Amino acid sequence: MSLLETIFRQILNGLQSGSIYALVALGYSMVYGIITLLNFAHGDIIMVGAYLAWLAMARLALNPIFAVLVAVLGCTILGMAIEKVAYKPLRGSPRISLLITAIGVSYFLENAAQMIFGASSQSIPAIIKLRAITLGGVQIPGTALVTLLTAGASMAVLTILVNHTRMGRAMRAVSEDTGAAQLMGVNISTTISFTFALGSALAGIGSVLYSCAYPQANPTMGAMLGLKAFVAAVLGGIGSLPGAMVGGFAIGLAEAFVSAVGLSAWKDGVVFAILIVVLLVRPTGLLGKPMHEKV
Amino acid sequence: MKKAIALVLVACMAASMFAGCGMVSSLLPGGAGDKATDNPAAGATATPAGTETSAGTQTDNPASTGTIKVGILGPHTGEYAVYGLAVKNGATLYIDKVNAEGGINGKQIEIVAYDNKGDSAEAVTAFTKMVDEGITALIGDVLTGNTIAVVGEAYPIGLPMITASATAAAVTYNADTGTVYSNVFRTCFIDPFQGEKMAQYAADVLGAKSAAVICETGNDYSEGLADAFREKCAALGVNVVASEGYSKGDVDFKSQLTNIAAAAPDVVFCPNYYEDDGLIVTQAREIGLAVPFLGGDGWAGVKDYASAEDLEGCLYCSAYAPGSSDAVKAFEADYTAKYGADSLNMFAATSYDAAMVLVAALKKAEETGEQPGSEAYMQAVIAGIASEGPSVAGVTSAAGYTFDAYNNPMKDAVIMTVTGGEEVFKQMY
Repeated sequence: MSLLETIFRQILNGLQSGSIYALVALGYSMVYGIITLLNFAHGDIIMVGAYLAWLAMARLALNPIFAVLVAVLGCTILGMAIEKVAYKPLRGSPRISLLITAIGVSYFLENAAQMIFGASSQSIPAIIKLRAITLGGVQIPGTALVTLLTAGASMAVLTILVNHTRMGRAMRAVSEDTGAAQLMGVNISTTISFTFALGSALAGIGSVLYSCAYPQANPTMGAMLGLKAFVAAVLGGIGSLPGAMVGGFAIGLAEAFVSAVGLSAWKDGVVFAILIVVLLVRPTGLLGKPMHEKV
Repeated sequence: MKKAIALVLVACMAASMFAGCGMVSSLLPGGAGDKATDNPAAGATATPAGTETSAGTQTDNPASTGTIKVGILGPHTGEYAVYGLAVKNGATLYIDKVNAEGGINGKQIEIVAYDNKGDSAEAVTAFTKMVDEGITALIGDVLTGNTIAVVGEAYPIGLPMITASATAAAVTYNADTGTVYSNVFRTCFIDPFQGEKMAQYAADVLGAKSAAVICETGNDYSEGLADAFREKCAALGVNVVASEGYSKGDVDFKSQLTNIAAAAPDVVFCPNYYEDDGLIVTQAREIGLAVPFLGGDGWAGVKDYASAEDLEGCLYCSAYAPGSSDAVKAFEADYTAKYGADSLNMFAATSYDAAMVLVAALKKAEETGEQPGSEAYMQAVIAGIASEGPSVAGVTSAAGYTFDAYNNPMKDAVIMTVTGGEEVFKQMY
């Protein structure tokens, strides 16, 4: 294998994990954009999605396509339910209460999963079986290709949804000025609910892609994944959708690069160092708009 | 603006909480128990757990010439009872057999068994009590931490000990002072031994000219095996072309595996636990790295964590494989008939072997005509273990127990292979 090919493959590795980070980061960013909440339970929704995929395939022996549907639908419903039960009653409360509630929900999901499924990992059967594709003399693994294409398509659909539909316009309006949007007749509750549904559906897609790449479900798997996606969202500029995508890919590539040069023990350290540097140097992130405190 | 930053900082703090939470994971066996130092109080008061005397003829006089007293110590209740009971039953099974055949030199072997509950202080207390009762030798302790505590008491008085399960190097060798505990032996592997065995196997049987290593950084077991593997490879002329590490909890190994694939090794040594091994092999196959993966006994159970196709032809070594030979089958039948299959595991077999080695040494010691329990007798037992061990064809080592300079056995390993999604016995090596 030539050096050039190795570098190309490492970039591919980074893009694959990066596209999962990007999907999760989008959920963080959307929710933050609309109700300025850092939804720390978001990573754990991925965990639930992975368990749903496992249940559907290993226990109920369903076709992989149904497993994907179960995981995505399950995540969407869970995301909306969490919003209704845990966040909606606190809408008038200080933001810190919401944040702490989000942490509580996260712990609740982790411990519930541990109680139901046990602490050890469950192996998820292969969801997709694709041969590697050779492109210009370079082998591209099947899962990497599927992950990149799916993530790309999801992001394209999301962009269209946010920019060119009525609901998308409502989302943007609420995110810009909730009060004004309400006065203009936008249904705030529905919009927030829709945002959670959209973010959780992306998390569901992320959980399926994650299960393809790393086929094990574990109660705490969402914690680290969620944190790194959060770093990706901050790096891109929290609240900005293109920023979350860029941030996700950047974090994935950074991790792949650090491991490739033999510093794998520093992988997590580098990710969190990026967070610190971004907060110190450019708190609004790469693509974020400067935030003005509303009076 | 300020508020936003404060919020993000709060989030980061919350984040670090999560990070901590993610790291709390399975408690690994091996080094359980604290390394208790001398415990004079415990020695004096002596209120250990239930005494379980069994077998042989009972005599009230400890100095009786009629019996040879052998101690068995380990956790018989509590969390680690499955190991302790396996050791107790395995050794008792053989000793009962010897007694039924008339004992040694006309003397019956009397077993003095104590439960240490997996606690180092209890282990020392129980050991002191056993010495008072006049034991000549000890089979045990079971957990590494407990064993190290007992060795601290047994070494000064030169009491022969054979442990069937404590795998840490520190059990027979004090690296700080450079002292080998001449009275302590074991019938199990030490961890690094598996690394050497697999290097040897890769070179001799698989004909590997080059190898790569991927192991969990900061894990003693994993790094110990990897270091031993690399050293042995250097000695055998196998070129280690790539050495990669990863952190605990990582799930993405593709970057490291891409580097390994670029170096094109003949085999990859992956001495980690089965969950990680499953992910590593799956991802290796995905990026087109098709060479066999080799591992240590941490691989046992890997078949549920990767597809049959991906694992095909992978190999790992272990100390024991159920039903692997006629001797093992006979042992398993005897054991199950007497104790059931619940506690039948690797340590039951290594403990049976420990009893075999000990009985061979006791026979030798009897020839001296010394009194069991006396210092000269114990010295003869220690010498006997080293001299007779090689001719003891045990359940887990048909080639006998030859001990190296650190009193660790140089025995055969069981090579297991994964084929058709099942982990099966391949050969003794």
